Formats: sequence, structure tokens, C-alpha cells
Amino acid sequence: MKTLVWVEHDNASVKDATLHTVTAAAKLGEVHLLVAGANCRAAAEAAAKIAGVAKVHLADNAAYEHALAENIAPLIVDLMGHHDAFLAPATTTGKNVAPRVAALLDVMQLSDILSVEGEKTFTRPIYAGNAIATVESSDAKLVITVRGTAFEKAAAEGGSAAIEDVAGAGDAGLSSFVGAELAKSERPELTSAKVIVSGGRALKDSETFEQVIMPLADKLGAAVGASRAAVDAGYVPNDYQVGQTGKIVAPEVYIAVGISGAIQHLAGMKDSKTIIAINKDEDAPIFQVADVGLVADLFTAVPELTGKL
Amino acid sequence: MKILVPVKRVIDYNVKPRVKADGTGVDLANVKMSMNPFDEIAVEEAIRIKEAGKAEEIVAVSVGPAKAQDTLRTALAMGADRAILIETDTEVEPLAVAKILKAIVAEENPGLVILGKQAIDDDSNQTGQMLAALLGRPQGTFASKVEIEGDHVAVTREVDGGLETVKLSLPAIVTTDLRLNEPRYASLPNIMKAKKKQLDVKTAADYGVDIAPRLKTLKVSEPPVRVAGVKVADVDALVTKLKELGVA
Repeated sequence: MKTLVWVEHDNASVKDATLHTVTAAAKLGEVHLLVAGANCRAAAEAAAKIAGVAKVHLADNAAYEHALAENIAPLIVDLMGHHDAFLAPATTTGKNVAPRVAALLDVMQLSDILSVEGEKTFTRPIYAGNAIATVESSDAKLVITVRGTAFEKAAAEGGSAAIEDVAGAGDAGLSSFVGAELAKSERPELTSAKVIVSGGRALKDSETFEQVIMPLADKLGAAVGASRAAVDAGYVPNDYQVGQTGKIVAPEVYIAVGISGAIQHLAGMKDSKTIIAINKDEDAPIFQVADVGLVADLFTAVPELTGKL
Repeated sequence: MKILVPVKRVIDYNVKPRVKADGTGVDLANVKMSMNPFDEIAVEEAIRIKEAGKAEEIVAVSVGPAKAQDTLRTALAMGADRAILIETDTEVEPLAVAKILKAIVAEENPGLVILGKQAIDDDSNQTGQMLAALLGRPQGTFASKVEIEGDHVAVTREVDGGLETVKLSLPAIVTTDLRLNEPRYASLPNIMKAKKKQLDVKTAADYGVDIAPRLKTLKVSEPPVRVAGVKVADVDALVTKLKELGVA
């Protein structure tokens, strides 16, 4: 089976989400990559070095710069003429583009797969991760999005794939990019961080969130996350949100501070290796999944913890 | 302009789903069902656009069992004008739902279709994108802001790094994210009035759509259970634990 993997990049380097997806793709067969964008040859060169990659397709065109689904999907559909499966990381870009590709190919997509069980059999979470479904596709071609935290990263070095230019139809004329407002962060990226410190509604406001959570995160070299309650209350931007409707993370250590542990939040972090909870309510559901729990007022316990590290 | 809002009847988001012992699925007998939370946001947005004088009619549509009529009545009570139920007793996959919606779009000719970004039961996050593909129309997924400007719609989208705004030519497909709005509650008088609003019941066969599933569920199982943890007495004990874990 020949697989085509969507590469997420910043024009120069390849994002980690792609490396996880390559591992999933390699379980199905020969791995080809698609690097689409404007002035992104450097990203294609980086992609060609990923271990286990046989070929890199490079579509360099202004129309592909912002990965608008209307422009990208036809390009992928063309390439699927000689590939058997299309895989994208289950990031917002992957989730936006892949179903459009699937419908154009008249196949059902497999969303957010956790494992490859056979050539056409996969597992995926349903009901906010409260159940795991094993599903088999009967379609001729596969379209899949991959949950990054469920697969190891492929090595970023060691490969030497050939780069082949592809043209594509360019601008479909249906949509245009207006602008972006990206949250600035010097801390590690949430979805690939080894340690995450996450805060909930109990933090009271954005200032206390900043004062309590950030020093602990910086001490541990951790990424900062949040529950939906903290995001909705405006303590932090929405891209900090961990959960069914936010990001899915699985770090080595997840520290939940002032988070009760609603099922939608647990859906985003319960595959973390070690979960540590600090909450003053000893009956909070978070303690049912936490490996280490501390029942304490976070406003005294967290600064004390930060001071002792 | 007309707005079409597809809504889905799903397990209530507060209910903890239980996997059936025989591994065939999740037990939905006697479980509270509600409108999918993202779809409530879609209905609310459609109503706000109508209230702003930018739409004349809102049509709610659902593909599901006879009981999905309740979900449509909820949409009507919130402010939708009429409803269509495509009745079926089997589970319908996103691709088939998108095909049914395509046929309804051909009949109703809406300027905007607003869907939820995902249903909280199958967690697929596909239907809106698939509908846009089948119609050859632009898509504004994970919307946190929707502004109609003449023959275009500007959609601010929630993406991994923050926010991004795209401009789509109408007609277009939009899927809602949680922060788009706060859905209103239906008042009792409006719930009564909703009972009199038009609700047509049809089948997939009326539209000539094949809804045979492409994916076969072999098994549904419980996720791995986490081993019960320990509670530590104080911060010092927690520091020791963090050192053991090698992160401090």
C-alpha cells in the first residue's frame, strides 16, 4: 500500500505532528509526503530527511500558502490517483482538509485513529474517549487523521527521499486568507511537551493564573494548559485548552491545578503517563485518574511547591 | 437569505457513557438524550443572523430516529422557522449525512449552512467539510466569529496556534466552535409555539441517497483503566514524587 502524508510545516522545518503521522503511515506501507505551501522548498528538504520516507511531493504555489481546504483538497485528490491512503495529523489543519478530500473521493474518513490493527482496521476513540471503537473500512481508498500522542515520532534524520515537484490546480477561487492572530509563547508547544501544568476555574482571574501557574511551569520547563472553564472565563487564550474540544495531550507528567476533572477535560489528557492533581476538594473527579494527588489550597500549595523545586 | 442548520440528537454531554458488556456499542437505553452542544451554537448563530436582518428563514434539519423530532422541536423553540426530519432507525455516517444534506440544499437553496464542528458521540468532525466538498462550496470550520458582508462571509476560525480569519464567497458552509456564542434557552411560550411550526418527515430514499455504512464497527471496548493513585500529605511529599519522576 502507498500512503500519502500531509506535512505540517512553517516553510523551513517540519512540525512534530507530522513525525507521529509518518509512524502510523509506515505501518500501512510505503510513505510518501506532501509538502504544500508558498516558498516551502526548505520544508520539503527537511521532510526528505525523515527516516522511512520514500518520496516527497512538493507543491509550491501561492494558492497553497495558508492551507485553505478549497485549494488543497483537489491537489490531494489528484495525488490519490496513485496512492492508497491519505493520512493527516489530527490537528486543526488536518481536520479541516481531510474530510473534504474523503468526500471528493467518496470514502468515509477514519478520524483520530489510535492504532493500526490491520490493513483496513483501526481503533479510534468515541464518546469523548469513554469508549474505543475498532472499525474496518470497506472503501477502496483510506482517508485517515492520526492522533499524534498515540504514535511515536519517526526520526527526523536519516532519510534521503527524492523531491518531486507537483503542479496542482492552484486557487479554486472560493476562499481567501484574511489574517491570523497567533498566540505568542516561548514555552514548549502544548501537544509535544514532556511536562504540562494546567490551570482551571479555581485560578480566579488571568492575573492569578499568571502568578500561580506560570512560575511553576517555568521551573519545570513545562507547557501551560487550561480547562475550558479557565478559557471561557478569559484567564488564557483558547489555544491553551486541553480537552475533547481543545487539544489532546499525553505528556510524561500532567499537573492539573484547580481542575475538577469533567469528562470533556479528561478526554484530552487521561493518556498522560503520570497525572498529578492539586485541588482543595478531595471528592473532585480528577483524583480518580490522578496518580498523585494533593488536597490543598492551590494559592498556598503551588507557590510553596514552586519555591521548593 | 435562507439558513439551513443541521442538528443531531446525541447522548446528553453530562452523562458518562457505558460500554455494553457484549462489546457491540454504547448503551443508550434509558439514557438522557439532547441536542449536540455544537449544534445548539449553530442554531443560536443562525437566529442571531436573522435577528440582525441578514436572513429571512431558518430551516432546521436532522437525520435520525423518530425521537429526533424532539431535537428539532427544541431548535424550533429557540427560533428556527420550520424543520425537516430524515427518519431512519440505523446510524448514518457523516458521508451519508452530507449526501442527504446536499440533496436538501439543492431543494432549499440556502445561502449559508451552519453545522456544529463535531458530534459528541462519534467525535468525527467531518460532516460540514464533506458537505462543502460535495457542493463545491467554501468551508469555514471551527468558527468563533461569523460576519456576513454582502456576497461574502468572513469567518474567524479557532486554529492550533490561535485565530485565523478567512473570507468565503456565499453560499458557504460554516461549522461552529464552542466560543462562537452562548445559546439561548427556549422559553415556555416559545416551546408551546414550536409545537405548531411545520415539521416535515422524509426518508433518505426520498432523496435517492444510499446510506449503507462504509465502516464496520467490529468492537467497542472500555478505554484502559488507570491504576488508582496515591494522595500525598503535603507539598514536601509532592516535591519528592516529582524528583522521583525526574521532572524536578
